[in-house]
Amino acid sequence: MARMSSDFDVRYTAELARLNLSGEEISRFQSQLSQVLEYVEKLRQVDVTGVEPTAHTYPAFNVFRPDESREWFDAKQALANAPRQANDLFIVTKVVE
Amino acid sequence: MELASLTVSDLQSRLRAGEVSPVEALESLDKRISQIDSGIQGYLSRDLDAALALAKTADVSLPLGGVPIAIKDVINVRGEPCTCASKILRGYRAPYDATVIRKLKAAGAIPFGRTNMDEFAMGSSTENSSFMPTSNPWDKTRVPGGSSGGSAAVVAADEAFAALGSDTGGSIRQPAALCGCVGLKPTYGRVSRFGLVAFASSLDQIGPFGKTVRDTALLLNAICGQDPMDSTSLAEEVPDFTARLGENLKGIRLGMPKEYFIGGIDPQVDKAVRAAIKQYESLGAEIVDVSLPHTEYAVGVYYIIATAEASANLARFDGVRYGHRAENVTGLLDHYRRTREEGFGQEVKRRIILGTYVLSSGYYDAYYLRAQKVRTLIRRDFTQAFEKVDAIICPTSPEPAWKIGDRSDDPLRMYLADIFTIATNLAGNAGISIPCGFSEMDGKRLPVGLQLLGKPLDETNLLKIAHAYEQSTDWHKARPLQ
Repeated sequence: MARMSSDFDVRYTAELARLNLSGEEISRFQSQLSQVLEYVEKLRQVDVTGVEPTAHTYPAFNVFRPDESREWFDAKQALANAPRQANDLFIVTKVVE
Repeated sequence: MELASLTVSDLQSRLRAGEVSPVEALESLDKRISQIDSGIQGYLSRDLDAALALAKTADVSLPLGGVPIAIKDVINVRGEPCTCASKILRGYRAPYDATVIRKLKAAGAIPFGRTNMDEFAMGSSTENSSFMPTSNPWDKTRVPGGSSGGSAAVVAADEAFAALGSDTGGSIRQPAALCGCVGLKPTYGRVSRFGLVAFASSLDQIGPFGKTVRDTALLLNAICGQDPMDSTSLAEEVPDFTARLGENLKGIRLGMPKEYFIGGIDPQVDKAVRAAIKQYESLGAEIVDVSLPHTEYAVGVYYIIATAEASANLARFDGVRYGHRAENVTGLLDHYRRTREEGFGQEVKRRIILGTYVLSSGYYDAYYLRAQKVRTLIRRDFTQAFEKVDAIICPTSPEPAWKIGDRSDDPLRMYLADIFTIATNLAGNAGISIPCGFSEMDGKRLPVGLQLLGKPLDETNLLKIAHAYEQSTDWHKARPLQ
């Protein structure tokens, strides 16, 4: 069942996207993006019966590589941009209480 | 200074004749940048020492030996910043070379300079850079286009011999048009995306900017090829893209899509493009009317698919392994939310929201899936048109460069600037913008770009067709006054 752009809830969507928005941003985006959603409503006019979706224009299938380890970053290189690190590990916000 | 105004081809001649060394060329370029970039702000940073180290050992007999190339700040070069013009990546230093950079270095080229862009490649004016806007070298109160506005501006202003950019919805071709240089988007899959910070994975392609079609082809030769690190890269053989430059246009059929010649195009753009088409006729090309009936849906399809893919690709910016991290957080969710709030600019946030929404439960079918189906129809339009013609000819941008600040509050209007470039990304085909004249606004000349859209994998022919027009005019020799 097709939904209307009036169902668009910026605050809820921002939660899904793990993104804080200010009150001003929420209301501004609500109005700007509602306009964009109104604009894309025209896609409903298109008859897409029997049309396959295109995810990639020149799809390659089953692109594999051998299941072998290769030379890549060592711990030091991988941590080079770490906001916080210790003992060759990333320090992160506590997740488990 | 004079060295900096050379094309890559001419620079190569001098390097190989021993008239100038790679170090001299690089230093001359750096001097030029120091003199004028404060007025253009095309560069976010540059590391002369790193480039000099490469210049000192450069082998000028290699395909791009000793030639400095400016790099859009979205492509990883080991040891250099890769900010994507975003605060969320401030301080990040690339731990690896993108495949295109590895290839450029293997061809003897010297990556030099990080060019400004719209943040995470989202924009059409480079105003969305978190750091500063870039000015159009032809009129510094106007935008250079985007998102690869920095790359286009530095090539146009002789602050670079050539540059790399990326094109997701027109981000190479449109700034090339607005700045009066050549910009090419390859067929999707021609160039590896490994090391390109992803915006929309099914649309993104890295491509060259040059002062001439030949220079653009030389760069394309160096960067194409299948890459095991990019499973979307094509196994197609890489031809010599310069091979047909100089051939005449006998038998070439060019299609004018009626949907691309509508009201709403700036009259001066329309005039210049139509004059170019007449020029093509005089060069022996046959002009054919074609139709791309689903054109009106392209911008809508794009802003669903691209934002959806972007919302997924930008999920990695979470303050855990690199980039900005919010301080004094109250827990994991707060860590994510505040890091991203502090790190992302307005347009990026807007697109993440839109993309998340169209993928969310209950809306996926109505928006994303439907958009992908319309995308199939858009692709089919091109396939059918290419049965009748060798390439499609049209404007690149409906208007010349607009004033900085003019559209900041109107995202939808900004999106419509991409109307002629976007469908090509959706279809996966190649496209090139070349200068075809000037418009005049406020007593200043502003470049107009002509776009040629090619069959998939047909860049050699596309470049031949572009080159023939270029060589029959002087547009490519024009330079902005500094």
